Amino acid sequence: MKLYFKFFAMHLKSHMAYKKSFFFAVIGQFLTSFSAFMVVFFLLDRFETVKGYTLGEVLLCASVMWMSFSLAEGFFRGFDQFPNVIRSAEFDRLLVRPRGLIFQVLCHQIEFARLGKLIQSLVMLVIGIQLSAVAWTPLRCLCLGLMIACGALVFCALFLLFAALSFFTLEGLEFMNCFTDGAREHGAYPLDVYGQGMLKITTYVIPYALFQYYPLQYLLGRGPTGYAFLPLLAPLFLVPCYAAWRLGVSRYKSAGS
Amino acid sequence: MRSCWTFFRMRLINGLQYRTAAWAGVVTQFFWGFMEILLYRAFYAATPDRFPMQLDHLISYIWLRQALLALLNTYTFEWDLFTMILNGNVAYELCRPSSLYGMWFARTLALRVSRVILRCVPLFVVTALLPKPWGLRFAASPTAFAAFLVSLALAACVGVAFCLIIYFSCFFTLSSEGVRMMVLPIAELLSGNLIPLPFMPDRLAKLFHYSPFGAMTNAPLRIYSGDLAGPEMVEMLVLQVFWLTVLGLFGYALQHRGLKRLCVQGG
Repeated sequence: MKLYFKFFAMHLKSHMAYKKSFFFAVIGQFLTSFSAFMVVFFLLDRFETVKGYTLGEVLLCASVMWMSFSLAEGFFRGFDQFPNVIRSAEFDRLLVRPRGLIFQVLCHQIEFARLGKLIQSLVMLVIGIQLSAVAWTPLRCLCLGLMIACGALVFCALFLLFAALSFFTLEGLEFMNCFTDGAREHGAYPLDVYGQGMLKITTYVIPYALFQYYPLQYLLGRGPTGYAFLPLLAPLFLVPCYAAWRLGVSRYKSAGS
Repeated sequence: MRSCWTFFRMRLINGLQYRTAAWAGVVTQFFWGFMEILLYRAFYAATPDRFPMQLDHLISYIWLRQALLALLNTYTFEWDLFTMILNGNVAYELCRPSSLYGMWFARTLALRVSRVILRCVPLFVVTALLPKPWGLRFAASPTAFAAFLVSLALAACVGVAFCLIIYFSCFFTLSSEGVRMMVLPIAELLSGNLIPLPFMPDRLAKLFHYSPFGAMTNAPLRIYSGDLAGPEMVEMLVLQVFWLTVLGLFGYALQHRGLKRLCVQGG
């Protein structure tokens, strides 16, 4: 853990060496997700509700999704670039070092520019909380925290899975973006908007709904209290992803010299 | 002109090499479009009378946008050109006996066309075969289709002219990152790549419609489905020619000024 903080400080310093560029990158990230926010805003301004959700409720949902995504992306950025690590045979170097592999990949890159997205989603969360008439209780606050934290873990698991797959494919697969960027983009709306079929898939196959749809029902007072703890089940998704990663590592053949 | 054409062909053949990437792209595009249609249907189910377009027009819009994304988006650049400005290799380009503007225009356009050719065909075929409320429909009329083709060509050129302005801004800022980060998210939104312009609040939609960005994705896709027809369609085509001229002249002037103060060192 101490080593991780060292890396953390190191990455921070290296970013700070180019302050202006870093600043622009943060603003850029902010603007990118700001235009996504404008889309949500425009649509709900015109239609007022979707499947009975108001603007505030959708914003609440979207901010949870985006916040957990940007957290995962910031800290798990190393996995996003992983196909390059394999192709350049840099992975060989990781294998000979006396530290855990995942730990090393994590330290490989920390993307502070995602701060822009995080700030944007925080702003949205505040607006969402103000606009939606949620009766806040300690349990509801806890539930919100769980949603964000467990959501970030699910995205981390997905990044891990893609890294594992790149052991076999050697290149990045663009359609993987459907599950990460796609989930962030389309998961802005509560998942039942897309119909029952999609809700089932996102409950049992990739558990987005566990940290998004169900606890949201509880927050809005439409679901039983038990739904508040469903986010805790979502990180179970890490198990198969970790297994895939282990399989990938055990099958690894160096791609370079 | 001929050298531009040769350049265009060269880039096209080069771009057609990456077929696996194109397939992965097609799957992503398809999934994305499908999710979006599901979303809009949910909106439509709640309040159909507030829908600013007909549902099947919108669905055609979404599929066309997904198929033509590589041609019409605002972020497909020829990255070498940025590097060229940065490391001074642009000097070689200036030695060539053809205009820098024309050559770079052809290169960027070729890159986009080569990407879109591979990706659009499977998407057109699959979406045209989808059952009725889900699929891509035929153009509103033969005239609309002809106008769509003209407008598509114009929109692609407007987009490339916009790209060139960003390349040339690099003469002044050196790093393109800041400009790209600030301008592109806004350009994406205003050109109708994220949501069709009619879905924005009416006043803003009108404003953006007449902006140079409205002459990009917004124009051909709405002409196709007949959302813009008759005098509105003609007006849009004129507007596209107008913006193409303005952006072209502006880019050219920017290039001229940039080259004047350009100083490449070394031999």
